[in-house]
Amino acid sequence: MKLTTQAVLFVLLCLVVMGALLGSAFSTQHLQRKVTGIGNHHQQARGFSEMVAEVDHQFQQRWKEKELAFAAPAGNLAVMRRASLALHGTIPSLEEVTAFVEESGYEMTDDNVLDRYINYLLMDRRYSDYMSERLARVFVGVEAGPFLIYRRRRFRLWLSDQLMENQPYNGLVHSLIASKGVWTSDPEVNFVTATITQEDGGRPDIMKLAGRTSRAFLGMRIDCLQCHDDRLGTIALDLNDPSENSLQSDFHQFAAFYSQVNTGFSGVHDDSEHYAYKYLGDDEEVIVPPVVPFYQELAASNGTRRVQLADWVTNKNNRAFSRTAVNRIWAIVFGRPLVDPVDDIPLTGPFPPGLESLTDEFVKSDFDLKHLIRVITSLQVFRVDSRADFEVTEDHEAAWSVFPLVRLRPEQVAGALNQAASLKTINADVSYLVRLQQQNEIDNFVKRYGDTGEDEFEDRGGTVTQRLLLMNGNFLQHRIANGSNTPGRVAMITQDDEDAIRSVYLAALTRTPSQRESLYFLMKFKQQPKNRRSKLIEDLFWTLTNSTEFSWNH
Amino acid sequence: MSCKKSTHWNRRTVLQTAGVSWLTSLATGLTCAQESSRDQRRPPKNVIVLWMQGGPSQRDTFDPAASAQEDFSGGVKAIKTSAPEIEIASSLPLVAEQMQHLSVIRSVISKEGDHARGVYNIKTGFRPDPTLVHPSIGAVVCHQLPGKSDIPRHVSILSTNRPGRGGYLGDVFDAFQIGDPLLPIPDVRARVSQERLENRNSDLLEVVESEFSRGRLSNLDASKTLHQLSIRRALKMMTSEQLKAFSVKDTPQSVLTRYGDNSFGRGCFVATRLVKAGVRCVEVTLGGWDTHINNTAAQQNRIRILDPAMAAMVADLKADGLLDDTVIIWAGEFGRTPKLNAVGGRDHWPHGFSVVVGGGGIRGGQVIGQTNPTPDISISYKTTDVVHPVSIADLHATVLKALSIDYSQELQTPIGRPMAISEGTPIEQLIG
Repeated sequence: MKLTTQAVLFVLLCLVVMGALLGSAFSTQHLQRKVTGIGNHHQQARGFSEMVAEVDHQFQQRWKEKELAFAAPAGNLAVMRRASLALHGTIPSLEEVTAFVEESGYEMTDDNVLDRYINYLLMDRRYSDYMSERLARVFVGVEAGPFLIYRRRRFRLWLSDQLMENQPYNGLVHSLIASKGVWTSDPEVNFVTATITQEDGGRPDIMKLAGRTSRAFLGMRIDCLQCHDDRLGTIALDLNDPSENSLQSDFHQFAAFYSQVNTGFSGVHDDSEHYAYKYLGDDEEVIVPPVVPFYQELAASNGTRRVQLADWVTNKNNRAFSRTAVNRIWAIVFGRPLVDPVDDIPLTGPFPPGLESLTDEFVKSDFDLKHLIRVITSLQVFRVDSRADFEVTEDHEAAWSVFPLVRLRPEQVAGALNQAASLKTINADVSYLVRLQQQNEIDNFVKRYGDTGEDEFEDRGGTVTQRLLLMNGNFLQHRIANGSNTPGRVAMITQDDEDAIRSVYLAALTRTPSQRESLYFLMKFKQQPKNRRSKLIEDLFWTLTNSTEFSWNH
Repeated sequence: MSCKKSTHWNRRTVLQTAGVSWLTSLATGLTCAQESSRDQRRPPKNVIVLWMQGGPSQRDTFDPAASAQEDFSGGVKAIKTSAPEIEIASSLPLVAEQMQHLSVIRSVISKEGDHARGVYNIKTGFRPDPTLVHPSIGAVVCHQLPGKSDIPRHVSILSTNRPGRGGYLGDVFDAFQIGDPLLPIPDVRARVSQERLENRNSDLLEVVESEFSRGRLSNLDASKTLHQLSIRRALKMMTSEQLKAFSVKDTPQSVLTRYGDNSFGRGCFVATRLVKAGVRCVEVTLGGWDTHINNTAAQQNRIRILDPAMAAMVADLKADGLLDDTVIIWAGEFGRTPKLNAVGGRDHWPHGFSVVVGGGGIRGGQVIGQTNPTPDISISYKTTDVVHPVSIADLHATVLKALSIDYSQELQTPIGRPMAISEGTPIEQLIG
C-alpha cells in the first residue's frame, strides 16, 4: 500500500513537472502581451514614408536605367527572418513567429506587422548585445589585446548600454576618440588602450589609432600613406581635385592628433608630447603638426588635440563620417555594404542610390541609429523577395532588385541553431547561467566554424569543415538528439503530423513547408510507426538545419 | 658550411631507423601518395610547421649564449651537433643528432612583439593589415600546389587559437583543426546509422535543396554557395581510408615512445603520416613558451617534449624518403629577451631570434646570422647587434622558393587588389 502511494505521488509529481515544462515552453501569453503593446508609430511619423519613398524611387530609377526587373515583396516570415538575423544575430523563435504572424497569416506581406516586429527587435536587449559586438569589431578588433589595460568585454558592455539607450552615434564616437580615464570605470577609453603594445612603453600606438579612426569613422583606407605618398592615385583627399595624389604627410598630420595621448596611474590622459617623423627620402625628423586631411574649414581649435579631432570627425557637416555610419549599418542589416569595401568610400563619389539621402536623414535625425535602421528596414530593397519569376542574375543581386543571398556569419549560424532547437525565445527572461553556458558553446562553435574576425563582408561559399560541424558536431547533436527534449516536445504539442512538420519548418527555416515538401514528409511520417515520431522530427530538424537555406540569408 | 655526410650513424639513429621501417610499410598502404617521393627531379611539395606558441627562447634552444654571464645565458650549456658548424642548447640532444638536415636562422627580426600580431606576422609573412587578411604559409602552399585527397590538405594539430587561415584566398584554405591524435577526429563520425544518414541526405538534396534553388541564380551551388559540393566532400571524407592517417590507434607503442608519447609527440608522428597521405601542410602546436617568470625551468619543461618529437619526426621523414619532399619550419611568434628579467623570466623579443628550417629544398647544417650574446636591451633600436638580419618576409620567400613556388607572383584579393605572395628575398645560402 505504501509503495502504491509513493508510486501515485511520483506519477503526480511527474505530471506536474511535465505540465510546468510544457506550460513554460509554449505559453506565449507573456510575449503576446508584449507584442500587443508594440505599435509602429515610429514608421507612421510625419515624413517617414516620404523618406522611404524617396530612396525607393532612387533604386527604381537605377533598375529602369539598367533595364532590370525587380522581385515581388517577400512574405512576412522571410522579412522577419532577415530582420532578426540583422538585429539579433539569430532567427525568430517559433514563439515569436506565432505571436506576430498568426493574425495576418503565414503567406501574407503585412507592412504593419513587419514595422511592429522591427520595433520589437530594437526594444529587446538582444539588439544592443548583438550590434555592440558587430561594432566592437570595427572599433577595437577581435583580439584580446594588451593585458590588464585593455578590457574588451567592458568596452562591449558599455557599447551595448549606449546602443540600448540609443545614444546619438556622433556623441558615442566622440567619446571613443577623446575620452580620458581608466579602462574599467571609463570603458570607452579601451578604444585607445587596445592599441598599446609592450614595445611602446604604455604609450598608445598613434599609427594604429589614426588608421582605425580613418577606416571606422571616415570610411577611408589611408594606411598606405603611413609609409609613402599615394603612387597609384587611389586615395583622394582633395575635395576639389580628386585626381590629386595624397601624400605621406596627410597621414602623419592626421595621426599627430593622437600624439599626446598617454596612459598612467590616472588612466588615459593627454600630455604635451610633440610628434616627430622622418618622411621617406628625408634625412631628418621634423615636428609634424596636427592637420585634418580634408574639410579643413570644419577643423576645431579648442581642447586637447584628441578633442579637436573628435569635434572634426563627428561634425554634422563631415559627410565622410555620417556616410560611413550609414554604409556600415546597411552592411550589418543586409550582410553586404552599399559601397564595397565597407570602409573605403570615395570622398567625392560617385555614390550608389540611397546613400546620400540616407546620410542626410541620419544627420537630420541627430545621428539616431535606431531611426536609421527603421528607415533601411522599411525600404523596398529590404522587403523584396530573394527569388523571382524572371531569371535572376548577379546583376539583379548587385543592384538590389532581388534581396541578395549572403552567407550567414558564424555566430549567426550558431545563434540560429540555438534558437531553432529551443522553440521558446532565448532572451533576457532565460536564466543568466543558461545563457552563459550557451554563449560558451556558441564561442566554441564559431571558433571551429571559422571566425571571420574583422573581415566581415566577404562573399564566399561554404567549406567542408563547416558542413562536417553541422552534420556531425556536438552543437547541433546536443540540441536535437542526445539529451535534448526538443523533438519530443514538438511531438507532444503538435496536433498531428502536418502540424509537427510545419512547426519544425517554422522553427528552423522561419517558413511553412511548400506543398511538395509537406506531402513528401507527411508520407514519410505515415510510413513509420507512431513510436518513431520523435526520431522523424529529429531527422527533419537535422535536414533543415543542414540546408543551404538555413546557412544563408535570403 | 654544409655537412656533407648524408647520415650520421650512431646508436640512436639506428634505433630510430628500425622504427621507421614499420612506418614505411604502413604509410605505403595509405592512399593518395600520388607520386614516388624519391623522384629527385620533382620539387618538394609539403610543409610541416612546428609552431611554438608563446615565443620560445632562442637562448634556451638554438642560439645559446653559453659563455656569457648567467643573467644572459640562463645557465644554458651548448652541445655540438651532427652539423659541424652548429652548436645548440644541451637540452636538445636528440635534435642535435638531426642538425645536418636542419639549418638555424639566428637573426630573424620582426617588428611585432605582441602575441596575436606576432603569430600573424610569422604565419603569413606579412604584418597585420587592417584592410586585408593574408593567407598563412600552409594556405599558400595548398593554393599553389594543387592536389587531390579526400581529407583536407591543410591541417592544424593542437592549435588552441590562431590556426593557419586561408585569408584572402578564402576559408576553403583554412586549416582543418584536430586535437590530440589519441582522441577521435572531430565531426567526421556520423551520429546516426548509415541508412538514416542516407535518408537524411536524400531528404535534404532532393526535397529541401531543390525547393530553395527555385527562382534563384542558375547554377546556384557551383557559382555561389558551394553548399552541396561541400556536403558531398564531407561525406566522402567521412568514409575515406585516408582518415586513418589522423589516428595513432594502430601504432606500436615503441614508435610513439620515440616521439615522447605525449600529445605533441603524437601530433608530430601524425604529421608524417598526413604528408604521406597527400596533406600539403601540417601545423603542430606546442604551447607554453611564454615564460615571463622563471624562464629556464619553464623552457626546459617544453624542450623535454620538443626534443624527442622533433628529432624522431626528422629522422622518420628522412628514412622514409619524405624529407626531400617536405620543408620543416620550427618557429614561434618571436624570441625572448637575451637577458633574464628581475624574476628570472624572459620577455618578448622580436629583435633577433631563431627559426629553424630544413628538409625539402632547404640546405641543412647551415647557420644564418648571429646575435650579440650580451646586448644592451634598453636601447631603442635593438637590431644593430644582429649580423645578417633576416626579415619575416625573407623567411617566407626562402621557404616558398625551396618549394619552387614563384614567391613574387601577385595574386588578386577579393576586391581586385594585386598582392605578392611574398615581398621578401630568399636566403640563397639555404636553397639547396
